[in-house]
Amino acid sequence: MAAPSVSCGAAVPYRLFLAGRVSFAREQGLWKAAASGLQTGTRCQILRLKHSPAVTTTKNVAALRRESYTVDFIKKQIEEFNIGKRHLANMMGEDPETFTQEDVDRAITYLFPSGLFEKRARPIMKHPEEIFPKQRAVQWGEDGRPFHFLFYTGKQSYYSLMHEAYGKVLHAEERQDQLRAKGLFSEKSKSKDLIGSRWLIKEELEEMLVEKLSDQDYAQFIRLLERLSALPCDAAEEEFVGRFRRTVTVQSKKHLIEPLQYDEQGMAFSTGQGKRKTANAEAVVYGHGSGKIEINGVDYLLYFPVTQDREQLMFPFHFLDRLGKHDVTCTVSGGGRSSQAGAIRLAMSRALCSFITEDEVEWMRQGPGFPGGSDGK
Amino acid sequence: SLPPVLRFPCAVHQLLDPGRFSHLGTQAPQCPVAHLDNQVPTERTRAISRTLENDPAKHGEQHVGQHYNISIQELKTVFPHGLPPRFVMQVKTFNEACLMVRKPALELLHYLKNTNFAHPAVRYVLYGEKGTGKTLSLCHIIHFCAKQDWLILHIPDAHLWVKNCRDLLQSTYNKQRFDQPLEASIWLKNFKTANERFLSQIKVQDKYVWNKRESTEKGSPLAEVVEQGIMRVRNATDAVGIVLKELKRQSSLGVFRLLVAVDGVNALWGRTTLKREDKSPITPEELALIYNLRKMVKNDWQGGAIVLTVSQTGSLFKPRKAYLPQELLGKEGFDTLDPFIPILVSNYNPKEFEGCIQYYLENNWLQHEKAHTEEGKKELLFLSNRNPGLLERLCAYL
Repeated sequence: MAAPSVSCGAAVPYRLFLAGRVSFAREQGLWKAAASGLQTGTRCQILRLKHSPAVTTTKNVAALRRESYTVDFIKKQIEEFNIGKRHLANMMGEDPETFTQEDVDRAITYLFPSGLFEKRARPIMKHPEEIFPKQRAVQWGEDGRPFHFLFYTGKQSYYSLMHEAYGKVLHAEERQDQLRAKGLFSEKSKSKDLIGSRWLIKEELEEMLVEKLSDQDYAQFIRLLERLSALPCDAAEEEFVGRFRRTVTVQSKKHLIEPLQYDEQGMAFSTGQGKRKTANAEAVVYGHGSGKIEINGVDYLLYFPVTQDREQLMFPFHFLDRLGKHDVTCTVSGGGRSSQAGAIRLAMSRALCSFITEDEVEWMRQGPGFPGGSDGK
Repeated sequence: SLPPVLRFPCAVHQLLDPGRFSHLGTQAPQCPVAHLDNQVPTERTRAISRTLENDPAKHGEQHVGQHYNISIQELKTVFPHGLPPRFVMQVKTFNEACLMVRKPALELLHYLKNTNFAHPAVRYVLYGEKGTGKTLSLCHIIHFCAKQDWLILHIPDAHLWVKNCRDLLQSTYNKQRFDQPLEASIWLKNFKTANERFLSQIKVQDKYVWNKRESTEKGSPLAEVVEQGIMRVRNATDAVGIVLKELKRQSSLGVFRLLVAVDGVNALWGRTTLKREDKSPITPEELALIYNLRKMVKNDWQGGAIVLTVSQTGSLFKPRKAYLPQELLGKEGFDTLDPFIPILVSNYNPKEFEGCIQYYLENNWLQHEKAHTEEGKKELLFLSNRNPGLLERLCAYL
């Protein structure tokens, strides 16, 4: 069997790995002795042949087929990782105490520059929790008796979670009845903490519980949680529910329009930023002007000798019919000729938003086919 | 030529579609185009864009932004060479030559009218960004001087003399220098066309021996020297040198007034792209034409004026954005030309821009339906930023 695929950052001595594997098996004695001497793959074949009659009797068949790591092994990896992080901090001349994961990533990209296109193939150094897939620890003790009381259901974590959640539901209902009896019951709206977040999806739940679930199990669980969140909860229950929600990045549908700013002379102006490919531009549009545009201190005629670029600059003003009315000063960097023109155009449009009504902003966004703005073009 | 409009997003299709005009040379503004509803009356546009004053001597502040006409015959005599090629195409298309009166040219005219011919010749340098109208201003000045009966010594583009010369001969006069027979002979032909009447009047004051059989006696008209240069191409460069020397000598005597007009004078002090047979570069001094021309633009003679332009467009090894005389002439050139009067030629002001647009509209050059409207004009204004050269290219179809 092939060597397990480990991440490039973790150096796993093969021997240690095999010893870890073997500890799963029940018939320890002769195997431990055999494993400690083992180094090569061929011996590993022999190990397997010896191992096969025992496989049928042990419970954790699936785990043995996959790469599996012991708790001790993972602990050791975590220790090594922390020590390695400190070494790395020393190497980079930073303070080991305040060396965060981002610093680690930066240091690794600096020390091991890689030209590989696939980002997942590049060298990484992350906490072992993120690298090694979550494994279930040994479920039963020396005597063969399982630790968890729900072991024989087959999905012990799932059912224990359901049990816990249902317990909380009962508790909350009891409290609600008490409050009703006292007359202090008040309808509280729960909607605020549900907005901007979503329930875990099935795959995420499976990953959390390290167990396979079916769709019905998942649906049942979500129904229970929703029932729990509908009741008035206290902080502990809310925290419990919060564990199963993930925030959803709400895409801002509305572009925030800055109000106009005024400089010393009382001239209204507004700034906007724009990006196109690798070009970044920032434009300052002044309220009253004669249509002069200055880019990086140079007149736009000299900066963009090509007509196409100047047409790109012209378009926002032309669309709003404000061709000669504004002065613009902008800075741009990066990218090529065409992308700089596009970036400046975007920056100017964003800055112009402050000078026009909301309808016109929407009309500008949608394009000329959209009804609104100043019609009759 | 402008790229096709299809490249831009479809929303931009209302942008200016370059006007199409057939080069059949229709007679200029006689038939107003029928499909226009909001047609501006032609008299009013003519008042904005044209003036009837065709004598440059009488141009003044009130004519700024208006075009005046030069008849085709005059064009042939005064400008056998020297008009920018795009302008020549425009003349051929519109069947008329109209130059716009602009402030820098007026300023120069004012100075020229008040020159004191007893003092050494004053040097004027026209400078400005690319496409602002330096060469055409120079042509305006030349037209004025020609009307005033000066002798015009016009080198249309000094850059042509320092690059891409096929045949360089070792000079017969001075072994160190090089001759350029082709360029010299072309220039002599054009010079002859421009100043026909003077050539018979001016007499040379030295005897010049061309070779064993031919020589020019003292006192013979200058026309002979020019003829010799045109016919014997080998001696053309020397003929040019002789012409320059004689003119310089004799203008101080007051027989005639001399205008030295050089376009792209920064070529005289830059680098050349010409190489000897052993691939070593040639400096401008080693070219006989340039050497003599340098002597010409020195202000050690009286009885005329020197008008020069510095331009980046044909220059060699100069950055695109350079337009100041200091940058283009280099230290050596600047020191040689110092002191001079610099005249900045800039983009059109709004009135001139309006005049130019009206001129194109009158000649039915702008065929786009939006061209007559305010928005169309604003678009053109924005795109060209009132730069004359760019505006012309924008409005052109081919």
